[in-house]
Amino acid sequence: MRHRMATSASCVLLAGFPGLASAADRWNMQAPASIVAQDIYDLHMLMMGIIVVIFVAVFAVMFYSVFAHRRSKGHQAAQFHENTTVELVWTIVPLIILILMAWPATRTLLLLRDTSNPDITIKVTGYQWKWGYDYLGGEGEGISFVSALATSRDQIQGTVPKGEHYLLEVDNPLVVPLGKKIRILATGSDVIHSWWVPALGIKQDAIPGFVRDTWFRADKEGTFRGQCAELCGKDHGFMPVVVEVVSAEKYSAWVGEQKKMAARADDPNKTWTLADLMARGAKVYAANCMACHQANGQGVRGTFPALDGSKAVSGPKVDQISMVLNGKQGTAMAAFGKQLSDSEIAAVITYTRNSWGNKTGEAIQPAEVRAQRK
Amino acid sequence: MSASIHDTARAGHGGGEDHAHHPSGIMRWVMTTNHKDIGTMYLCFSFAMFLVGGLMAFIIRTELFQPGLQFVAPDFFNQMTTLHGLIMVFGAIMPAFVGFANWQIPMMIGAPDMAFPRMNNWSFWLLPPAALLLVISLFVPGGGPAAGWTMYVPLATQMGPGMDFSIFAVHILGMSSIMGSINIITTILNLRAPGMTMMKLPMFCWTWLITAYLLLAVMPVLAGAVTMILTDRHFGTSFFNAAGGGDPVLYQHIFWFFGHPEVYIIAIPAFGVISQVIPAFSRKPLFGYTAMVYATASIAILSFIVWAHHMYTAGMPVTGQVYFMYATMLIAVPTGVKVFNWVATMWKGSLTFETPMLFAVGFLFMFTMGGFSGLVLSMAAVDVQVHDTYYVVAHFHYVMVAGALFSAFAGVYFWLPKWTGRMYDETLGKWHFWLSMVFFNMTFFVQHFLGLAGMPRRVPDYALQFADFNMISSIGSMGFGVSQVLLPYIVYKAVRHGAKAPQRPWDGADTLEWTHLPAPAPYHSFETPPVVK
Ligand code: HEC
Ligand code: HEM
Ligand SMILES: [Cu+2]
Ligand SMILES: [Cu+2]
Repeated sequence: MRHRMATSASCVLLAGFPGLASAADRWNMQAPASIVAQDIYDLHMLMMGIIVVIFVAVFAVMFYSVFAHRRSKGHQAAQFHENTTVELVWTIVPLIILILMAWPATRTLLLLRDTSNPDITIKVTGYQWKWGYDYLGGEGEGISFVSALATSRDQIQGTVPKGEHYLLEVDNPLVVPLGKKIRILATGSDVIHSWWVPALGIKQDAIPGFVRDTWFRADKEGTFRGQCAELCGKDHGFMPVVVEVVSAEKYSAWVGEQKKMAARADDPNKTWTLADLMARGAKVYAANCMACHQANGQGVRGTFPALDGSKAVSGPKVDQISMVLNGKQGTAMAAFGKQLSDSEIAAVITYTRNSWGNKTGEAIQPAEVRAQRK
Repeated sequence: MSASIHDTARAGHGGGEDHAHHPSGIMRWVMTTNHKDIGTMYLCFSFAMFLVGGLMAFIIRTELFQPGLQFVAPDFFNQMTTLHGLIMVFGAIMPAFVGFANWQIPMMIGAPDMAFPRMNNWSFWLLPPAALLLVISLFVPGGGPAAGWTMYVPLATQMGPGMDFSIFAVHILGMSSIMGSINIITTILNLRAPGMTMMKLPMFCWTWLITAYLLLAVMPVLAGAVTMILTDRHFGTSFFNAAGGGDPVLYQHIFWFFGHPEVYIIAIPAFGVISQVIPAFSRKPLFGYTAMVYATASIAILSFIVWAHHMYTAGMPVTGQVYFMYATMLIAVPTGVKVFNWVATMWKGSLTFETPMLFAVGFLFMFTMGGFSGLVLSMAAVDVQVHDTYYVVAHFHYVMVAGALFSAFAGVYFWLPKWTGRMYDETLGKWHFWLSMVFFNMTFFVQHFLGLAGMPRRVPDYALQFADFNMISSIGSMGFGVSQVLLPYIVYKAVRHGAKAPQRPWDGADTLEWTHLPAPAPYHSFETPPVVK
């Protein structure tokens, strides 16, 4: 109820102070940037309007009674206690109001669910705790990357000041062109996540083993930020979604660049030196393993095993490669074969086998990893 | 039946205030089959759990006071939200109303005791071990369950042994609820005083009768769901594991088939208390008694067919979404009928505002706000935006705290004179109400804004634009928590130093416990049933 009043009040304010424009977003849904989000926004405002009217009417009656029908004012109690007509009226009138409300609600829902005829199709995969994007159809087909939180641990721990987009920034945002219908296919790799961008009016659970679809068509350029919306374990609060909506030309340029980078990607037949593998492995470890096994390799007692001193890490390398490639069913240890390239897996395994107290001195080559892929 | 009559008759033989045949000291409480003793234990247990759950809420709100991680690690934070939810729902709110049922139902229908006194003892004593399991789970390797009170798979499959502890606790709690329900149904259907037809039953008893059927229907469903998690975890089944041919969303369907009726299991007895309190302080009979009975029954029936409104974003055919949306919107109709009838009861009454009435009016006002935010959530398209955000957190706290908890407070102040024979301190009671009211709204009203603006729930840290409202909410929650210390103090003070209560301190209250029983009510309520005209 107070929302609406607050919103209209802030609208009045905003007219005078354009600098405060972003403040409106704090009281209400974010400024819509797609037709679905706009419809949802309007539907919500309409509902709030109706609700406020009913609420005020009902409680005006109650508070009138509270003030006028007090014993302290000498009011004598009437003894009426039944009236079939009023009962019928206050059953049927709300029913009619609800039926009227159902019409715009259904229309918006049907719009929201119409995923037909997309221009671009992107598969979104939820991992613990980052997002994988695969462009499956339309311009950019074949592009594939992983997007993880870019806010530093220091900001989270509060040892350095927090940046403007604290917790809502990623290393590789999803890039899409303006005005094109984007169909999202959501799935999960380990547990259920939920891909959510408020300004685009889109939230879809990413469920392991199943694919669900939804869509959006951005009608504003800009960067839109959201977060994972389904509890997915320890770092659920730390896997934001960032979508960059750019013009068609910029999008084509971006696609070209991505393609070039992919071509430059590691040649799986190359033989690496131990030092190179270690350097690369440290990065892969920080991005993919540190959340659970920790920077010092000690893990978290009872939940995530230590890799420092682990038999699995000092033991036969085929076992460890298989563990990282295929994960372990029923535990948080995911199958990284789907997310990481052969070189990345080779590097991270080399890194874990030669860090902290582990000193095997072995360099694992990408070819060895490839040999073990099924 | 005959066995139970024998049982109660024998329990009644000592008569009146004579406790000579009962064990004394701690054994009195362990062995007791008396509905009042058991009711008292339920209420005390529930308050203790309220404090434990409250402590967890305090930890959650302390971490959320400012952006950044200050006090607890994310993993522990998730354990706190999970256990807070489980303990508040199963340990605090549900047992509180079973406590009221135990105390009040026999007195209100003119019975000597509950129909199955021994089972009554058993259903209470199952609770402490279950609570203990939940708390101990925090200390096993890997810590407590951290998958949310909804225990969604596959996250719940990933947990350590703490999860098994909660699954076991849920089993035990379910058994307790089922026994309690059988007892309540049998008592209400069979032990009513002569002349008390079903349509003369006090509203509180009606709401419990309906709730007991809900419990019987859905507790086994929950037990089944968590057992399936257990076998998926340990015995190689794949009910919810897609890799083995199962479906994680199946779990959500089963859970919410339990979960939505569960929210009414919490709400309906609260409606019952309010339906006793408002007429008493309006000095006017409940308006539309018959309509109230039918509305409550329709809410209960509808509650079985709306469950997937918790799953609008899980992905289902659009026709399914449309159906669940319409069915959910429909629940607003009988809920509205109840609110209108309560307001009509107050209309042209002779109102006074002692503490129970204050809490009842607070309930009415804020439960309606929760109902309205529920209506907003029922619109599938809007829910897609606000599902799993703080908006939902605000919604269910308006219905569960300002709704169910406020109604429990109203009930405690209302019946305390009958239970203890002493009056509570009215001034302190009013302080309790106003502090709770102000701090509750400070805590939860702003969460609507947070949710709308895009703050997800179950997160230990948040972006900077959410900082102001989170700080307000955290301060409010501390105030709310501290205010609750008043309740045990007021009860203690009443028992120790309170003025002697007359048999009928509220002149508008006209159910049997007020008209026929002295204060404090005798140990065995009605040895000879009263005749109801
Ligand atoms: C989501 C948390 C998580 C992440 C991220 C993770 N692991 Fe694991 N890892 C686990 C768990 C849990 C186990 C224990 C599985 C079991 O029960 O056997 C494990 C086990 C292992 C083991 C076997 C250790 C032993 O002593 O049995 C290795 C090796 C390993 N992980 C390597 C990695 C590497 C390399 C990465 C990064 C590419 C990684 N893990 C990322 C959770 C994780
Ligand atoms: C007018 C009546 C009501 C309507 C229309 C309604 C509607 C809804 C809807 C649609 C949701 C799902 C929101 C989401 O997760 O996105 C929800 C959540 C919830 N509701 Fe209600 N509700 C009503 C009354 C109640 C009552 C009476 C209670 C309990 C006393 C209650 C407790 C809850 C709880 C606990 C949740 C959150 C569950 C969770 O996700 O953890 N609701 N409600
Ligand atoms: Cu998540
Ligand atoms: Cu529900």
